[in-house]
Amino acid sequence: MTQPQAKKSVPVVDWRKDFPILDQSVSGHPLVYLDSAASAQQPQSVIDAVARYHQEDHANVHRGVHTLSHRATEAYEGARDKIREFINASSRTEIVLTSGTTESINLVAQSFCRPRVGPGDKVLITHLEHHANIVPWQLVCEQTGAELVVAPIDDDGQLELEALRALLTDDVFILAMGHVSNALGTINPVKEIIAEARQRGIPVLIDGAQGVPHLSIDVQDLDCDFYAFSGHKMFGPTGTGVLYGRESMLDAMPPYQGGGDMILEVSFDGTIYNELPYKFEAGTPNISGVIGVGAAVDYLQSIGMKRVAASEQVLHDYMVESLSEIDGMRLIGTAGNKTSVQSFLLDDIHSHDLGTILDHQGVAIRTGHHCAMPVMTRFGISGTARASVALYNNLDDVDRLVEALRKAQQIFA
Amino acid sequence: MNQQPDDLRELYRELILDHARSPRHFGRLENATHEAAGINPLCGDKLRLYLQVDADNCIEDTSFEGTGCAISVASASLLTDTIIGQPVDKAEAYFETITRRLTDGEPADLDEKLEKLRALDGVKEFPSRVKCATLAWHALHSALNHQEEPATTE
Repeated sequence: MTQPQAKKSVPVVDWRKDFPILDQSVSGHPLVYLDSAASAQQPQSVIDAVARYHQEDHANVHRGVHTLSHRATEAYEGARDKIREFINASSRTEIVLTSGTTESINLVAQSFCRPRVGPGDKVLITHLEHHANIVPWQLVCEQTGAELVVAPIDDDGQLELEALRALLTDDVFILAMGHVSNALGTINPVKEIIAEARQRGIPVLIDGAQGVPHLSIDVQDLDCDFYAFSGHKMFGPTGTGVLYGRESMLDAMPPYQGGGDMILEVSFDGTIYNELPYKFEAGTPNISGVIGVGAAVDYLQSIGMKRVAASEQVLHDYMVESLSEIDGMRLIGTAGNKTSVQSFLLDDIHSHDLGTILDHQGVAIRTGHHCAMPVMTRFGISGTARASVALYNNLDDVDRLVEALRKAQQIFA
Repeated sequence: MNQQPDDLRELYRELILDHARSPRHFGRLENATHEAAGINPLCGDKLRLYLQVDADNCIEDTSFEGTGCAISVASASLLTDTIIGQPVDKAEAYFETITRRLTDGEPADLDEKLEKLRALDGVKEFPSRVKCATLAWHALHSALNHQEEPATTE
């Protein structure tokens, strides 16, 4: 078998040594983790930062005058500053810390849309979305009588831009779309679409859960109104997320949840809400998780997102090339501009069976509908196998994937 | 989980692969008296099981349709082979026996009729796949008890 070209010509930097979890065997084989699009692993520095916080600094934030509370607050708010810088938001008031992309999107649906939309208004999404960028809008449409409109995709899994443009009409209240498709890896031309939407006065939310781990994000350059993402997809802990919101938008929105920390003064006659971003952060937050996200940002900054993106692109292209050389391979998602992810079907082997057979050879992939059932329906399938690379993968991981798939073919031969 | 090299062959035995490739009693049963859907929430796979129960409470005919992995299709196919011609209370007892055997790990005794279902034993080494193997059996249980909601393995 001839090796695909990419392996010969371009060096891939391998950051695997920074991720202790990868140094283990599964089913008697060295682990090959190709499921980072579901959840990425954490570098030692993130694990250490969270442990150190628990060992030395834990207390509640924004409340105590004692030393530990001060340290916890410093570390928590320091992480917010790191996140602000990482995505180049203009102010820390625009960085709302949430439990994940899902909560970030629900916050916008409920606080921004729900009070303002009604029958005759439209919420525009695309056919590529993850359920987290579909169901919150369905809920708000049910609550208000607004209509959910879906922009189509083509057979390669790319947005049909002309059709999307035609849907950007005056009655669209918000456009919510993903930066990178979790199921297919398509990178959407979000900057261009945001510009066109905003020209027509339509606010835009970008679901960046799969964008932030792989691309340099500059929210001012993108000029979106909201950008939502998760900590655990970018090598931080689970239960953490970010909602970037343009300050003027956040200012005009009522709180999402009520509780401690989001208030300045409470009496039974009424309550004065706290300033941004605290107005949207009710209750004790995920302090250690957020500190972990701060450490993940440090880790990514120390490498540089441009280097991460370049290295991952080589891996991605090598994976696509290697997979397509297997007889009986059907790639799902063949957009010209893709990152990290490749969905596929092999012969008529169900993706679940592939997942089990690969796991048995130490190769972890995702199988099923990837929380994007409409994408599967678009391709007339119930699910796919999906391999996703991150900065800690190397070319040998891809070779192991291919080898494991050939074994699956033997079993089902 | 310590899987041995042969576990995969145990899971994908010839009998399983055969039933997965050529499922028996596949399709819709027009004169069904009982039917139920089974949904595996892990993968979204769905199957629908049909029963035609006669006046003597015997399963005169049965079929299933839907999509699924090799394990869930083979299990459904084996189920139809097993219960056809059996009294309803026997089929219900088979449901109990098979789900207990596959989920509790206790080697519930199998009568002659269930001998073939030993082919499913391989899933015990694959906890994430037990639900695939029991899905059709949960649908059977729902169908016999006239439950409206689709059966899941949760």
